[in-house]
Amino acid sequence: MSNVVDTKNADIAAKTTQIALTINGHVRRLELDPRTSLLDALREDLHLTGTKKGCDHGQCGACTVLINARRINSCLTLAVMHEDDDIVTIEGLGSPGALHPLQAAFVERDAFQCGYCTPGQICSAVGMLAEAKAGWPSHATADVAAQSTTLTETEIRERMSGNICRCAAYPNIVAAIRDIVEGRR
Amino acid sequence: MRPFTYERATDARAAVAAASSAGAKFISGGTNLLDLMKLEIERPTHLVDISRLPLKDIEELQDGGLRIGAQAANSDVAADHRVRTRYPVLTLALVAGASGQLRNKASVGGNLLQRTRCPYFYDTAAGCNKREPGSGCSAIGGFNRIHAILGASDACIATHPSDMAVAMTALDAQIELLGADQTLRRVALVDFHRLPGNTPHIETVLRPGEMITAVVLPPPPPGRQLYRKVRDRASYAFALVSVAAIVAAERGTITAARVAFGGVAHKPWRGTEAEAALIGRPASDATFRAAADAAFAQAVGRGHNDFKIELAKRTLYRTLAQATQAQ
Repeated sequence: MSNVVDTKNADIAAKTTQIALTINGHVRRLELDPRTSLLDALREDLHLTGTKKGCDHGQCGACTVLINARRINSCLTLAVMHEDDDIVTIEGLGSPGALHPLQAAFVERDAFQCGYCTPGQICSAVGMLAEAKAGWPSHATADVAAQSTTLTETEIRERMSGNICRCAAYPNIVAAIRDIVEGRR
Repeated sequence: MRPFTYERATDARAAVAAASSAGAKFISGGTNLLDLMKLEIERPTHLVDISRLPLKDIEELQDGGLRIGAQAANSDVAADHRVRTRYPVLTLALVAGASGQLRNKASVGGNLLQRTRCPYFYDTAAGCNKREPGSGCSAIGGFNRIHAILGASDACIATHPSDMAVAMTALDAQIELLGADQTLRRVALVDFHRLPGNTPHIETVLRPGEMITAVVLPPPPPGRQLYRKVRDRASYAFALVSVAAIVAAERGTITAARVAFGGVAHKPWRGTEAEAALIGRPASDATFRAAADAAFAQAVGRGHNDFKIELAKRTLYRTLAQATQAQ
């Protein structure tokens, strides 16, 4: 992207800028075109390809990562906006030999077919569980003034609606998350 | 995406100064702006990042109201205990919109300034007076199922997509603005967005460089607060029609009523005609029907969206019935 010569805004040279991002606990220095999304910086520049590009327009959730422990779509934010932030990707949650409990639950419950949406689903679920623990209400919450929330299947489905699974593995995704919620893992 | 230069604003005064130059734009959550920049519908040459300005606080006001910083995330506002208990309609509207990921990133100010989701606005091969003034409106005579039924013009029938702004409209919110000349002013939210008229590309009363610093909510009005949203799928979709209602009834008579609609117009729509048809009347089927008829007496369908007129009436009816149940 940074090599493309843009004749439309030719007066602004596609200048790169030097930034430092903290990803999975490591500081990574990068030289980027300011147009680079956090998603492209992760995948193309840092080769952290666990984070997936689905729609690139914030509609599918495949690119979900955690910024300062909150889930966001990495396709709809610029990498240059995230200096000083703590960025966690699927690679930072667990590894093949030491799976995050949600990763293990997804494997056990067969919560995917093609697997493309899975890193986003898992990062989103990590963020979602923290939100629920903090008592955040959702569209499925009967009384939004209540201090705590119970993660029923309806609540989980509503709170995870920003992650689309084209294979429709939803029943098993919900089952995997419920395993964590209900302490089975 | 076209090239741009980027700077992170260090304070609000510097931000408005930086954003006053031609081609400059503020960026905060970026969830709508970057989407539109990828499609080259938005083509800023300079971005002023205001996301780290100290405008995230939600503060109590002496009059019992609440001042919500424009950089507060949608999710933080929805989860705020004072909002949930005193302004539940705002939490209900916020959690009915977007997804968890988007609410974590989207700011209050950016939510107000988001652009329409009219498919012709997004389709750069189609005429659109909002995107390219003078190029015509492809939605008129086109595929207009999601389009406006109130306040539209022959130049534009797009709708404003926000849920949050609909609740804030019912709550009589004021928008606090910092100008390029460093002066603060306040504008009522109902006066903040414009109707399309002949200039649908001018969507708000914002002046060049002006920045939203806060949304001010007056003390909560009496009555039960509800938000009902009707959409094509159960979650993560824009409203076909939505209703924010705040209704108080005593001994079967409606004593106070606030109504606002989403998905029906170029701006969040305050239902003053419906309110007039409710206050002082019995909380009955006949009253709710009369209010719904009054609210949409001026409604105009454009073909595919004709169903929205009846849908909006029924949505209001249902919301009023629920709001006055066992009160």
